[in-house]
Amino acid sequence: MVPLSWYLALSAVLFTIGAAGVIIKRNAIAMFMCIELMLNATNITFVAFSSFFRDVTGQLFVFIVVTVAAAEAAVGLGIIIAIFRNRLSLDVDDASVLRD
Amino acid sequence: MTILIFLLLAVLTIGCAVAMVAQRNPLYSAIALIGVFLGMAGIYVTLAAPFIAAIQVIVYAGAIMVLVVFVIMLLNVEEEVRRPLRLRYLIPLGIFLAALLFAETAFIIYFVETSAYNPPPATQSNVGLTASVGTGLFTKYLLPFEITSLLILMAIVGAITLARRVPTLEINRPRRRAAEEERSQTSAD
Repeated sequence: MVPLSWYLALSAVLFTIGAAGVIIKRNAIAMFMCIELMLNATNITFVAFSSFFRDVTGQLFVFIVVTVAAAEAAVGLGIIIAIFRNRLSLDVDDASVLRD
Repeated sequence: MTILIFLLLAVLTIGCAVAMVAQRNPLYSAIALIGVFLGMAGIYVTLAAPFIAAIQVIVYAGAIMVLVVFVIMLLNVEEEVRRPLRLRYLIPLGIFLAALLFAETAFIIYFVETSAYNPPPATQSNVGLTASVGTGLFTKYLLPFEITSLLILMAIVGAITLARRVPTLEINRPRRRAAEEERSQTSAD
């Protein structure tokens, strides 16, 4: 049996990579994918605790998180398309002001 | 044996995640992210959670990534250009914050390792199965589940509103016009 701390360590590493990606990346779609990675990293923690404590609540949380991620994907990609229409660029440095 | 499988999946997942961040082409990043999601689905299977593994593959690796790849191809994204770093003093600060995050995580892992909790004996449990997840979702957690459907409705309306093409006067958009001129000049070169 794999110890619980290994799963937590994996989750922490993935979350840190995602957080670093959000800071490093300048492309809006790449930043969006890094946010998805962070959401997934927390899901590993939920499922690991749920499995080790024999409690299904953690997996229900993961279900809700996946739904929120799907909603975020729809709205986030809509925002990205709107930014691209206005600026003809996906670089977030070009989109630093809200007006046209 | 389980440890070996876990290590293989963890190496696959972390490797794909690093490749995703290091990659400059967004399409290659998306493909690496699909690798991350598949590796995570395998990790859920090692945690005896087949339902979560299935929705990981179907919703994430299937639906969401298809949407992302579709948008990448729709917008015809080029590779990121390397820009000079403007805020050079932020690098030591970033290293310090990364060390802090790592220290916090190490503390939590140490705390978990030394805690007095003894897991129950490994009997045959039905925690990860679809039946138990569905029972929990439709009895004790019915209200959050219904609120989720409201959230999705709002997301649909929001996505349609955001992506709708609004007819506006071109003269009101100097920034877009400037970008178009710049683009036509670079393509002429």
